[in-house]
Amino acid sequence: MAEFEPKILAFLCNWCSYAGSDLAGTSRIQYPPSIRAIRVMCTARMDPQFILKAFSEGADGVMVAGCHPGDCHYVAGNYKAKRRVTLVHEILENMGIEKERLMLDWVSAAEGEKFATIVKEFTNTIKKIGPSPLRAAARQK
Amino acid sequence: MVEGNKEEPRIGVYICHCGINIAGVIDVEEVAKYAGTLKNVVLSKDYKYMCSDPGQEMIIKDIKEHNLNRIVVAACSPRMHEPTFRAACEEAGINPFLMEMSNIREHSSWVHMKEPEKATEKAKDLVRMAVAKARLLEPLEKPKVKVTDKALVIGGGIAGIQASLDLADQGFKVYLVEKSPTIGGKMAMLDKTFPTMDCSACILTPKMVDVARHPNIELLTYSEVKEIDGFIGNFKVKVEKKPRFVTDDCTGCGICADVCPVEVPNEFDLGLGTRKAIYVPFPQAVPLIYTIDQENCVGCGMCLNVCDPDAINFDSGPEEIEIEVGTIIVATGFDIFDARRKEEYGYGIYDNVINGLEFERLINASGPSGGKLLRPSDGKEPKSIGFIQCVGSRDEATNKYCSRVCCMYAIKNARLYKEKHPETDIYIFYMDIRAFGKGYEEFYKIAQDEYGIKFIRGRPGEILEDPQTKNLILRVEDTLLGETIEVDLDLVVLSVGMEPPKDAEKLQKILRISRGADGFFLEAHPKLRPIDTLTEGVFLAGTAQGPKDIPDTVAQGSAAAARAAIPMSKGEVEIEPILAEADPEKCIGCRICERVCDFGAIQIVERKARVNQALCKGCGGCAGACPTGAMQIKHFSDNQIMAMIHAAFKED
Ligand SMILES: Cc1cc2nc3c(=O)[nH]c(=O)nc-3n(C[C@H](O)[C@H](O)[C@H](O)COP(=O)(O)OP(=O)(O)OC[C@H]3O[C@@H](n4cnc5c(N)ncnc54)[C@H](O)[C@@H]3O)c2cc1C
Ligand code: FES
Repeated sequence: MAEFEPKILAFLCNWCSYAGSDLAGTSRIQYPPSIRAIRVMCTARMDPQFILKAFSEGADGVMVAGCHPGDCHYVAGNYKAKRRVTLVHEILENMGIEKERLMLDWVSAAEGEKFATIVKEFTNTIKKIGPSPLRAAARQK
Repeated sequence: MVEGNKEEPRIGVYICHCGINIAGVIDVEEVAKYAGTLKNVVLSKDYKYMCSDPGQEMIIKDIKEHNLNRIVVAACSPRMHEPTFRAACEEAGINPFLMEMSNIREHSSWVHMKEPEKATEKAKDLVRMAVAKARLLEPLEKPKVKVTDKALVIGGGIAGIQASLDLADQGFKVYLVEKSPTIGGKMAMLDKTFPTMDCSACILTPKMVDVARHPNIELLTYSEVKEIDGFIGNFKVKVEKKPRFVTDDCTGCGICADVCPVEVPNEFDLGLGTRKAIYVPFPQAVPLIYTIDQENCVGCGMCLNVCDPDAINFDSGPEEIEIEVGTIIVATGFDIFDARRKEEYGYGIYDNVINGLEFERLINASGPSGGKLLRPSDGKEPKSIGFIQCVGSRDEATNKYCSRVCCMYAIKNARLYKEKHPETDIYIFYMDIRAFGKGYEEFYKIAQDEYGIKFIRGRPGEILEDPQTKNLILRVEDTLLGETIEVDLDLVVLSVGMEPPKDAEKLQKILRISRGADGFFLEAHPKLRPIDTLTEGVFLAGTAQGPKDIPDTVAQGSAAAARAAIPMSKGEVEIEPILAEADPEKCIGCRICERVCDFGAIQIVERKARVNQALCKGCGGCAGACPTGAMQIKHFSDNQIMAMIHAAFKED
């Protein structure tokens, strides 16, 4: 059987983490082709339903990355994201989805290296947990 | 204009090869073929360079010929070329916001170079996601805002001085905020400057005086920026003026300092000389107004008695002033590396180990020793001096980057000393000599050939001190000869590198700009936008952005002034229409958005949320919290993001 290749959806804020992911690119730092990124202006834009939608569509993992605490372009958007991710963690557990499948981290515009590392580590984590229980159902629909 | 969401989307997809940057990894033809099969895609093409003139022309022609009303460009990051392709759409007569980019370079070909098939699959997914969003894009108009034609310059080193003068000469009002009692920065501390050997003060002080005299410059020294609010064109800034206890009536005569009984180390001389509790850092200080340093003043009142113009006022306190500016230039400079962090060199432990800036002060005729360099341990003239390069630079244990000035200033100082004391043995221990500027290599060559300065290629591991003589013993492997040598020296000078100022983080948070891995402020693009930050209206000048010498600092100071002048000359700028908007039909007046908004941009009027677009910054915090989906962010709406999420996994 072919090795399980996770599919991960990432939400990156425009000012820090998307810039950081671009820097990983310009620095040619290699990481697994597991993620598909969506740019939002700030992690504050994260509506819990985006994350739930991603899982219901069959995502094996969801990654949210924003500016370091205190560095958010809009002052405190990342704190809002943090609270919402905590909330979604609870919902996921109730739904029987491992909460490790949703991660939140901070990546600055200068942290191309860190971005790549996070993707690598998160991909490995998801590989260990295995495909999302919703994946098979979602893909058939 | 061909727009409006009622109309069936007619999408054109363009896949860029970016030379071989994308096409060398991703099968662009296959991606283009695939995109052509997606719903609503009318045509799909690949081309060598989409951003080039013919590339853009192709899009414009297709929009007109095929009646396209949505465009997807799969190429580099939108942070790079979004403005380019938006402009092309506008030229073709469709709203620029009907274009979506798909980042298949930074997010695929460059990061999956060894997995071309997977990179191609990923590119297809990314294009499908962009097409999904494109279907739902709506035309937007960019609001225009007025730009206040005043600028704030933070930091009064040579970078800030140059930027202020250039802006003021163009007729703009400038507030120059400097935290120390005088402007001038590090350049005021230097003796001569490489490679021309101009006396640093002689070329700097006239500019300092120009600043003080300029009718368009308001100098706020001994002051700090506390808070910045607003956006390009309309920043509101709070500045705190620390109390000097001396008013502007001060004539700078200095009689107060003569009678002041308190003597403390002078920071300007790095503690090598002394000053009084009432002081100016150096005689040419601008403004030439004395300052009482609260910490050390004993309150004896002697100064009060002798001050003719009655300029001393012990009752003053910090003062907060508010200013409004259209643009901001950050020119906060650098700190020198603290050599105590390289313990093996004994700085702060051995008397006769000093750093490069201390050397500059000690050979300076107006410095604390009147230009006479003597050994700290015994006051004797050093007969042998060794300069150690890359202290706190190009070093895994401290800073990895090159500080760009240390090679040159060490050679400069070695030459200066040798000119007056030809009998002295001078060594420079280096890793590589970086003499990259105009006239620098020639300057280095002369030091080697005509001055007899010994250049030894090797980084000393450790310095030992002879406890009797206080001489320094240095063992180093000469990597050119491949042998270890031992040198006995009277004085060692550490060529310390540049670091971001200690309080850079504080300012970063106030300004909401980024810093690089090295801690210096980060430019918007390393090559094409080296002066801008990612925050519109905020620009960088001088060593605040990274190590550089005076010529580059001055050039960047002028460049920042030129960049800042653009919106101020125009008088207005267009801002991104990515703002919140509430749908009154769906709004239930729950007030969650009002509470979530950090900018006070939302009000509930007649039980419906209303957004004040002048205050909204477009972060989307409200939209992320809205329980009914009434609150939306234009260009990042729920349905657009949901469509992308769906498309990441499935075709329609
Ligand atoms: C030992 C030594 C020798 C050198 N010799 C030469 C030479 O011969 N030739 C040459 O070309 N270059 C030389 N250089 C480099 C030169 O010193 C710099 O290029 C130049 O000083 C940079 O100017 P700047 O304005 O960017 O920074 P700075 O000179 O550091 O000025 C920054 C100013 O901003 C102020 N500031 C900082 N933070 C704040 C804040 N938060 N709010 C308000 N104000 C603030 C500081 O007080 C300071 O006045 C030398 C450097 C060193 C260390
Ligand atoms: S802008 Fe990055 S988290 Fe808010």
